[in-house]
Amino acid sequence: MRNALTIAGLDCSYGEVPVLHGIGLELRDGEVLCLLGRNGAGKTTLLKAIMGLVPARAGSIMLGDRDLTRLPAHEVPKAGVAYVPQGRRLFAELTVAENIEIGLMTRNKGAQTRDSVLDLFPVLRERLKQRSGTLSGGEQQMLAMARALCLEPEVLLLDEPTEGLMPSMIAKIRETVGQLRERGVSTILVEQRVDAVLSVADRVTFIENGRNRETVDIEKLRADPGLVKRYVGVG
Amino acid sequence: MSFGPHLLLATLEGLVTAAVLALTALGLSLVFGVMRVVNVAHGEFFMLGAVLAWAVTTALGGHPAIGFLLALVVSPLIVGGIALVAERLVLRRLNYNPEATIVATIGMLYILQQAALTFYGPEARPVEPPFNYRILLPWFGYSGYKLSIVGASILLMIAAWFVLTKTRIGLVMRATQYDRETAQAFGIPVDRVYAGVFALGAMLAAVAAVLVVPIQQAHYLMGLDPLLLSFIVVIIGGLGSLRGTVVAAVLIGLSDGIISVFFSPTLAKMIATLLVALVLVFRPQGLFGTVAR
Repeated sequence: MRNALTIAGLDCSYGEVPVLHGIGLELRDGEVLCLLGRNGAGKTTLLKAIMGLVPARAGSIMLGDRDLTRLPAHEVPKAGVAYVPQGRRLFAELTVAENIEIGLMTRNKGAQTRDSVLDLFPVLRERLKQRSGTLSGGEQQMLAMARALCLEPEVLLLDEPTEGLMPSMIAKIRETVGQLRERGVSTILVEQRVDAVLSVADRVTFIENGRNRETVDIEKLRADPGLVKRYVGVG
Repeated sequence: MSFGPHLLLATLEGLVTAAVLALTALGLSLVFGVMRVVNVAHGEFFMLGAVLAWAVTTALGGHPAIGFLLALVVSPLIVGGIALVAERLVLRRLNYNPEATIVATIGMLYILQQAALTFYGPEARPVEPPFNYRILLPWFGYSGYKLSIVGASILLMIAAWFVLTKTRIGLVMRATQYDRETAQAFGIPVDRVYAGVFALGAMLAAVAAVLVVPIQQAHYLMGLDPLLLSFIVVIIGGLGSLRGTVVAAVLIGLSDGIISVFFSPTLAKMIATLLVALVLVFRPQGLFGTVAR
């Protein structure tokens, strides 16, 4: 199977502090790969490194035959990687419509993309003129995903999209991830809780102290919950 | 002259001050809002605008209007170019660090000022207004050119509002202002936006200076007052708020005009400074600013 994204030997650091050590990952075409690990394990840093927001000291991140580590940060999304950051990071002072417009501008997508994204999140259609900072938490998360999907990305990076949401919203976000997989979007999903990913992920990679440990199929994880305890520390 | 006409005259003078101030302060506010850079050299871009306007009109000769209109285009372009070079050579290399850029722009202030002294000299030189039409009111005549400054400023402010809120460039600028990192994750070349905004800020100061130079004369030290008043306007109005900048500029301009005419210019400056102190104590984000996150 073709890989959507291939990361090899990736080292990253914040200033002088090394955070990632020799990360190697393969995101297969059309799969949902989940990164699990404790706080501070380096999951968010890995996503930022893919986006070019944290510079890579060594290693490569291949999207097809392009090495993303060689691109300036603003070229990475144009290559087809969309990012839903932790804590959503909407442009809070801008309206819903403006946030979506920024997503569309990234890869020069038009009205058709906009419509298909808004069809995924009909709630947003009613709130286009509202300032995005005044949306509820769940709506903000939907907008953050909608903004990313406006790129029609090949690879989608989701950083704890269910954090701090009520259960009905979590179900909605999970359902959306499932829908996107059916559309063939390859997704890297960062989560802290296993139960949040069992139903949507294809494979799980455990991250510990800036290194990637085992990568297992989701069936194996369901059969052997002990694995999770070892890396994440809670059941 | 009785009180009524006197007040009218003071108000007109105040409006002219406000018009020039609004443009200058908008430049300062944009640069700080988007880049988080406190540009201490902003007043020197203003000064350069005026000095270059003199140079252009003097070099060209002919009818004053032609020289003036040319200066109105050429002078801001040159000043924008200088600002662009300064941004690339200095601010970018400091990674836009807030403290370091303050020191760096202080350095830029002196370099620009001394360069003007060296190449332009210590004299104050006038630029002829593009037209000399006096509007005759029942009590006094008033310079038509001064009123046209107010008109030009209003047009430019409307244009700025339009660009910021209705165009893609404005959207990109605002997105960069609110979240630099996320803007990059959506393909916005933050680096180039910064360079553009810094140049644009300097150009606004230069335009204001070209407008004012027919009534004020060009001098190498003329940048200090606009810098101070711009800071006052931006603090009172709230950083990054266009509406706040306009309201505060009108407020400061009018009070400056009226108090200067009836009492003294020093009192006007004292009151403006007091106002800043009060705003900083009771409403630090400014009248129209939003609380920083």
